[in-house]
Amino acid sequence: MKFSVRTILAVAAATAALTVQAQTPVRIGFLTTLSTPAGYIGEDERDGFMLAVKEEGDKLGGVTVRVMIEDDALKPANAKQIADRMLQDGVRLFTGINFSNVLVAVAPTVLEAGGTYVSVNAAPSTFAGKGCNAGYFAASYQNDSYSDSSGMAANKLGYKRMVLLAPNYQAGRDALNGFKSTYKGEVLGEIYTKLDQSDFSVELARIRELKPDAIFQFHPGGAGINLAKQYANSGLAQSVPMITPIYSMDRRMLAATGNAGNGFYLTASWSADLDNAENKRFVESFVKAYGRLPTDYAATSYDTARLIGSALRAVGGDVTGKRDAFRAALRKADFKSVKGKFRFAQNQHPVQDWYLLRIEPDASGKLGYKTVERIAADHVDPHAPECKM
Amino acid sequence: MLKFIEQALNGLQYSALLFLLSAGLTLVFGIMNVINLTHGSFYMVGAFCAAAAAAATGSFLAAIVAAVAGAGVYGLLVELLVIRHLYRRDHLDQVLATLGMVLFTNELVTVLFGRSPPFMDIPPALAGSVELLPGLAYPVMRLAFIGAGVVVAVGLWLLISRTRVGMLVRAGADDGEMVDALGVDVRRLFMLVFVMGALLCGFAGVMSAPLLAVQIGMGERILITAFVVIVIGGVGSVRGALIGSLVIGMSDAFGRAYIPLLLGRLMPSQLSDPLSSSLISASAYILMALVLLFRPLGLAPARH
Repeated sequence: MKFSVRTILAVAAATAALTVQAQTPVRIGFLTTLSTPAGYIGEDERDGFMLAVKEEGDKLGGVTVRVMIEDDALKPANAKQIADRMLQDGVRLFTGINFSNVLVAVAPTVLEAGGTYVSVNAAPSTFAGKGCNAGYFAASYQNDSYSDSSGMAANKLGYKRMVLLAPNYQAGRDALNGFKSTYKGEVLGEIYTKLDQSDFSVELARIRELKPDAIFQFHPGGAGINLAKQYANSGLAQSVPMITPIYSMDRRMLAATGNAGNGFYLTASWSADLDNAENKRFVESFVKAYGRLPTDYAATSYDTARLIGSALRAVGGDVTGKRDAFRAALRKADFKSVKGKFRFAQNQHPVQDWYLLRIEPDASGKLGYKTVERIAADHVDPHAPECKM
Repeated sequence: MLKFIEQALNGLQYSALLFLLSAGLTLVFGIMNVINLTHGSFYMVGAFCAAAAAAATGSFLAAIVAAVAGAGVYGLLVELLVIRHLYRRDHLDQVLATLGMVLFTNELVTVLFGRSPPFMDIPPALAGSVELLPGLAYPVMRLAFIGAGVVVAVGLWLLISRTRVGMLVRAGADDGEMVDALGVDVRRLFMLVFVMGALLCGFAGVMSAPLLAVQIGMGERILITAFVVIVIGGVGSVRGALIGSLVIGMSDAFGRAYIPLLLGRLMPSQLSDPLSSSLISASAYILMALVLLFRPLGLAPARH
């Protein structure tokens, strides 16, 4: 043997160092909720995002990326700590957060450090109106839009008298206000439930007493499953239709409620059956990779990854040196969205179509979403005009 | 009047759930002097086992067996591996260890069953509603829940007041050291009580699964209410757990039904809606504070 072990090691180390230098990946901080009952949401967001990365072979827009995935456990303080640590390590591009309360804690830190944040889901009004920021983008929607589109849907369906239910916290109250901002009929009652309530028998009795044409409710996750099951069990489901944003009856919740969701009306900005080539390809690719149908969370997350990819391509992956050019490229939204049309309003939130879906059994008798009609074209959130940028 | 009866039934159903959970909790706390936060996890384990068994066999009976057996076996394991070593430790150690077990159980269930909440249907025999009075239709599943609560309450009463084991349990709640000194195998008694509590949790799990979301962490929220129940009823007393469950269950149902209406008459709805929902959330704790103020040992304490 002519080579000593030491030489071999030195050569190995040198080549390793070289390859690292040749293609320093762009690091993307992906904070999301992977534990707690809401963990399935983060799982779908992660999988949607990583699908786009995998499809390109660990690249986005031709630029090698390293996605640093962390669980925020739905705790704002946790998430902020993780973001602080990543910022210290030099990460300047962040995404992934699902919950508005977590986002509100993290985004300002990222923006102050000169970073860029692209939201896969949560989009509170905080950053949509006066508080809009050149470094903050939402590739999903703005929080008001899923409930004000439900108000429009209720008008279209001809419901004159409605009862509204939501948990007593910020997002719940926002949802009811959003609904009321577009709904033209009479609100018979607003019922505030406890966050994460498990039993709804009392509320159901009140609904029966008020005899509305329909109800609007916003209960994502476990509380929504409870409500849907008990709504069906009480017999109300046959006489009083329900309208909810898609997030109160996502695909996982639908699977957890058996037949209870049958006939629900939902509003969404994306659906698996949306008729465009990009969407068909995405749904197929997702099913092939993970063996299940994608949710809205996965779809907007996939869009986010591809949006980021389009901007990375424009600046050759230099998100810090060419920061302003990177942001300008994001603003152009030069990517093929699974939603079909996609562009940003001045507040860097989407201008997009909203659809009315109905839960119906498909040919095989399994419940799924069917797009009924488009209820809002090129919908802009109400905060956009307040944004001066 | 119909509304009042319906809300009373709703209250009874919630009381039944609380009783199934708190009966075991109060005995473990009262007799073994162990604060067991894992108690809620047995409820979750029961519900997940029930949903899995129902999905595999389609039979509600199989779901009941799976839930009770699953929760019982898990309870036994927890007692043998963890709780057993905590009897002589102080409450802080117990809280830390059992809280750790809660987190561990959540992850274990996630690994075994996945993150998506599974579905469990209402068994056909209990589906739909019956007309109890003209104009008052009530879901059969909820009536069955109330019935199950009554059966368990009667069964526990017979067990505790009429059997030798029950006598030991009562004696243990009164004065554990004396029972020990009299030559009773306290360890076995403790294990029995602990597993019995877990069995009841498993049963509560299978009864809840068709009505509620079967999900990770479902036990923790209700556990807090169960602790309120045993404090109101008196620690260590099954009768206290029954009374506490009824107090909390009824006040919750009537509170949710009538507080918004009352406050709605007193003030504009923008003010009354959020205020009443806060008041409803706090009502259990307000009740607990009142009971502690006037009856610090609870409404029906085990004798000391």
